[in-house]
Amino acid sequence: MVIECKHVWNYISEYLDGTLPEETRTIVQRHLEHCEICSAILDSTRNIIILTADDRVFELPVGFSERLHARIDLELAETER
Amino acid sequence: MQASTPNRPEAEVIAAILAGETQLYHELIRPYERSVYLMALSYMKNEAEAEDVAQEAFIKAFRNLSTFRGDAKFSTWLISITLNEARNRLRRQGVVRMQSLDEPPDEAGSVSPALMRDWREIPSEALERDEVRRLIQKAIETLPEIYKQVFLLRDVEELDVSETAQTLSISISNVKVRLHRARVMLQQELAPQLKTIGRAQKRRWLPWS
Ligand SMILES: [Zn+2]
Repeated sequence: MVIECKHVWNYISEYLDGTLPEETRTIVQRHLEHCEICSAILDSTRNIIILTADDRVFELPVGFSERLHARIDLELAETER
Repeated sequence: MQASTPNRPEAEVIAAILAGETQLYHELIRPYERSVYLMALSYMKNEAEAEDVAQEAFIKAFRNLSTFRGDAKFSTWLISITLNEARNRLRRQGVVRMQSLDEPPDEAGSVSPALMRDWREIPSEALERDEVRRLIQKAIETLPEIYKQVFLLRDVEELDVSETAQTLSISISNVKVRLHRARVMLQQELAPQLKTIGRAQKRRWLPWS
């Protein structure tokens, strides 16, 4: 079975998560073998997901941990009384 | 004075805290500081307020620790508390949410990716550059709220689909649809910009080539 690019795009997310049914996955894979556009879309999306998951993208404000644990210490001291 | 708890099962640590070893709470939450802050930030959009919400959430979690049931993961429970805290604060501030979190995801139609013929991998080292980090932060921040929540939980905090559904009180199929949209929207926004940066970077680093 042959599918259009547009339909492949609906499967991007599940394809990357590996949750597509076997049959659909095969159809998509076959399309990717000869479609450079869909391959580039898949590759860039995968790449972007990896980048956004990196701890360096969002960092805690300086001193966040210190302030948090100081606040917790106050709370713990309260409970002990 | 603080016992360190490498590899001690969380359930045990929680039981010990409830039994009076309250100092262990510091260790219990250490792995989740960033998650809680990030989720707070996704609502508050302002670092100082997000930090406040995060602190409040950790304190509430401590006060309510005895109500924590082992059927959810501690992290999921903690994030739910954080989201509630953020929503309550916005409500108190009189901020009206533009979108309901339970809004059915389908009426907007499908989203299309940015089209390109080739893609050269952007290595993680690119994140050492402020410019690249800021680009990605901004793209995530400007996602519509319902997509951003799902994306952060699934792809940044790496919860699984059912944990994400549970945390946001939405169905698993909604999680999947929203995650798909969020990912495609990010590809659409970021791929062209990252591609340009990838090329510019090469020239800057190797001006003689
Ligand atoms: Zn195609």
